Amino acid sequence: MSLIPRQIETFWTLFTAPVVWAVHFLVCYVGAAIYCAKQHELGFGFGVVRIGIGAATFAALAIILLAAWLSWRQWGFGAYAPPHDEPTRLDRNLLQGFSTLLLSGLSFVAVIYVAMPALFVTECLR
Amino acid sequence: MPILRARARPTGAAEKGGALTLASRRARNNGSQSGRRLCVAFLTVTSVPALGQASALDPAGAEASSIATLFWAMVVGGALLWLFVVSLMLYGIRRRRRVHDEWTAGRLIFWAGAVFPVVTLFLLLGYALWLMPQLRPWAPAQAAATLRIEVEGRQFWWRAVYHRPGDQPVVTANEIRLPVGERVEFTLTSSDVIHSFWIPPLGGKMDMIPGRTNRLSILATKPGTFRGPCAEFCGASHALMAFSAISMEPEAFRSWLAAEAGPARPQPSDGARLFVENGCGACHTIRGTAASGEVGPDLTHVGSRLMIGAGTLPNTEEAIARFIAEPDVVKPGSTMPPFRMLPETEIRAMAAYLKALQ
Repeated sequence: MSLIPRQIETFWTLFTAPVVWAVHFLVCYVGAAIYCAKQHELGFGFGVVRIGIGAATFAALAIILLAAWLSWRQWGFGAYAPPHDEPTRLDRNLLQGFSTLLLSGLSFVAVIYVAMPALFVTECLR
Repeated sequence: MPILRARARPTGAAEKGGALTLASRRARNNGSQSGRRLCVAFLTVTSVPALGQASALDPAGAEASSIATLFWAMVVGGALLWLFVVSLMLYGIRRRRRVHDEWTAGRLIFWAGAVFPVVTLFLLLGYALWLMPQLRPWAPAQAAATLRIEVEGRQFWWRAVYHRPGDQPVVTANEIRLPVGERVEFTLTSSDVIHSFWIPPLGGKMDMIPGRTNRLSILATKPGTFRGPCAEFCGASHALMAFSAISMEPEAFRSWLAAEAGPARPQPSDGARLFVENGCGACHTIRGTAASGEVGPDLTHVGSRLMIGAGTLPNTEEAIARFIAEPDVVKPGSTMPPFRMLPETEIRAMAAYLKALQ
């Protein structure tokens, strides 16, 4: 029994990384906005929010890395060269794996950019 | 109208405003001629520097210089990128070109098309984000101990209230003075539409939004006179809504503020009587007199300001008389009604009275 999921053939795995990016974005921005609107009712400082954003970022990056590894496997670990445009089951699978890998790269960078303000902003500014 | 005819020949100190007046008159007399309109626009623009310099690239404040540095970093970075892209293009269209293999092309796309932009954007974003807390640096505890200037945008002027720590607030209008080397906190509001507060050589731009209080922190580093325009279109006279910002040495600033806090010391005159009789006090306040209106700008020390009409005309008796007679022409859309039905002698007496309110 392996911890790594078995390879499955579905269109939906393509969206894993962008969905993680979207959720991470909402968690960071909505979370910070709610904290700053209600900071007097909450018993903790902005440092906790920054740590929370850091934790959400590491979790998001880890999930994206896992999705990237799975798509890399689906792509055959780079054994086949693009463009994968033959009307065969193999090429369809490879194309999806390669696309998912590229989307994972984009999402990885985007998640880092989303989290960057938390490195510099140390309090609620209005 | 005799007042206007007198103004049509610009002389002496009134020269800049004179040009403006002349141009506006021409505009009314020959409204259909587009050449005249151009002339009006040109003269209006050339009359602006009387308010002070207005370039964000010649900073006199801590925030403005970090913004100027950011601007130059972006310009240089953008120029380098442009050169890089153009040279790639020249390489691509050169006369004796050979085809690269797919592996090399793929590597070029990976490094130049993915890695390079990611790193560049990371650096630029990091730089801009690193500036952000510096542009708005204050803590609530520290704010209580410093000077706070509340500025309220109104169509088409600025109400300014100086809140000194542990002292009475000082109300004035259309001119902001601040001490060099001391951080000043601005609280910005609006009572009608969205305006935007901006002193380009001193700091960043901040909107004034009805129902909301925005804050801005400014540290002036050099003494000088600067022009602050309204930076958000707010109506017919938006372009005529400006103020002069004057950064002064701290001692000079404190003595100015102390003088500004005091009531007006008008000489008993016809002008003083007429100002009240004609109902001006219903809208304007002159502290120390019966005039206590809140609708229009405070005029307690109006004679000492650089400009009148929120940066529209130079502060001369001539210009004040003109503003009283025809604010609807000087500032279209302003709430002040014209008083051109008053006898010219009365208007002149009131103008002399207001100019003497130093």
